[in-house]
Amino acid sequence: MSVANVTYTSREEIEVHKFSPWATIGVPLAALLVQSLLGTRLRFVSVFDLPLLVTIFFAVARRNQLTGMATGMFIGLLQDSLTHHPIGMYGIAKTVVGFAASSLGVRLDVENPGSRIIMGFSFYLLHQAIYFAVARNLVNEEIPWAWGHTLGAALANGLLAVVLFAVMDKLKQRA
Amino acid sequence: MENLFVRHRNATLLVALLFAQILGLAMQVKRADPNQPDHKAPLLRVWVMSVITPVEKLVVSSGHGIRDTWNDYVNLRGVRKENRDLKAQLERMRIEQIRLQEDAEQGRRLQAVLHFKEQFISQTVAAQVIGSSGSEQSRVIYIDKGANDGLAQDMPVITPDGVVGKIVRVLSSTSQVLLITDPAWGVGGVLEKSRLQGIAKGTPSGDLKFSNILADEKVEPGERVLTSGGDRIFPKGLPLATVSELLKREDMFLNIRLVPATNLNRLEEVLVITKVEEREPSADETANGPVRAADVLAQRLPSVKKPETPQSGSPAAVKPANPQQQQKVQPKPAETRPEAPATGDNPR
Repeated sequence: MSVANVTYTSREEIEVHKFSPWATIGVPLAALLVQSLLGTRLRFVSVFDLPLLVTIFFAVARRNQLTGMATGMFIGLLQDSLTHHPIGMYGIAKTVVGFAASSLGVRLDVENPGSRIIMGFSFYLLHQAIYFAVARNLVNEEIPWAWGHTLGAALANGLLAVVLFAVMDKLKQRA
Repeated sequence: MENLFVRHRNATLLVALLFAQILGLAMQVKRADPNQPDHKAPLLRVWVMSVITPVEKLVVSSGHGIRDTWNDYVNLRGVRKENRDLKAQLERMRIEQIRLQEDAEQGRRLQAVLHFKEQFISQTVAAQVIGSSGSEQSRVIYIDKGANDGLAQDMPVITPDGVVGKIVRVLSSTSQVLLITDPAWGVGGVLEKSRLQGIAKGTPSGDLKFSNILADEKVEPGERVLTSGGDRIFPKGLPLATVSELLKREDMFLNIRLVPATNLNRLEEVLVITKVEEREPSADETANGPVRAADVLAQRLPSVKKPETPQSGSPAAVKPANPQQQQKVQPKPAETRPEAPATGDNPR
């Protein structure tokens, strides 16, 4: 039974992937770098959350909750370090997303473009909701929740996920 | 109990990781009191900035090198026409300059009579923008100058067009600049015509708003907003923004939307004001005939150096002391590159 046809199955029937140490360290750093560099020239780039998409990709490909949340926390804390906000806001949001994405990867087919758009869309919403809650309740930051903007950004991230994940598929190694 | 933990090991670890981060957040929020002298960046932030910013510097400088080579040696279409236009513009500017000289001279005389203390930008450091936070929630940029270049926290950052922001964190060769559009702070401003004072503050959506103007005051779109100096960060009189539109009132105050004077979405080079003096204009500045054009220009372009020979009165006064300096007069300020890291004695 091929992986592409699986919609709900046991862990044994789904491929688990691993990545080289270079990809594991390099891809998140590259995502942060690109996001930071392009942000000064192309302001609309800040709508995308490349580190989030990288978190989702690694989490669903490894299909391991432990590494999923560790990857999310690592990337989130690095992203926090480039902002002027307290470190941990993105860390918390991406830890949860990493855990949720890897849990989803165990259960569902995450290889086809349709499911990748939905993943990018929904995990972006989840990420923003957690960030919003942390900012409001723990750090006392005034961040408005703009539905229109957030849904648009979620869709943009969903579409980007299809392209980005297709490129990053080339980094996968069978575990 | 042990079985329960083993069965839910991952969920327990998730809770533990989240708890650790929340604890870390709480400690930072508690420490983030600007009145505390030990308000320092967490080590992780220093590490990440130290790793990311050198790569950004390399990428940005390589990009500039390629672009400059292309623009200077290959893409020379329309240069002759541009040159003709610039000469015509220069003639117009010289006529305008004579009028400005008269106004400036009169202003300085009056200031001296009134013992009026003025803020002078006496030193600036030119820096290149190398990166940003890349996040919608944090409107910060990174520049390629730091503590080694004399930069410190809360120093104002400007361009010839106007105000950009202030420095919030300084490493040895990099600094983090908080833009004026970030909602975390506000800049004291004054409307140019009506002289009404308020606070220009960023909104979470990235707009800039002007608050604390009572609803019965008259404000019109297009009016310029200058820095008031009330925030003790920016010197008085720098271009801050322009009134874009009047939105629905909020309580008893006007809800004014501003457009920043500087295009914050396309920043390449900025100036950091490292020294501001507050003094009365000196007797020389008022008694020795008309004020040099460079003085007037320096009010808007703090990086312009003083001409070495203080000739006055004639249009030739705008000419730099040597031909090399003359070449520095560029038609497009946004494309000029910083020549030296620091400039001295630039009165405004």
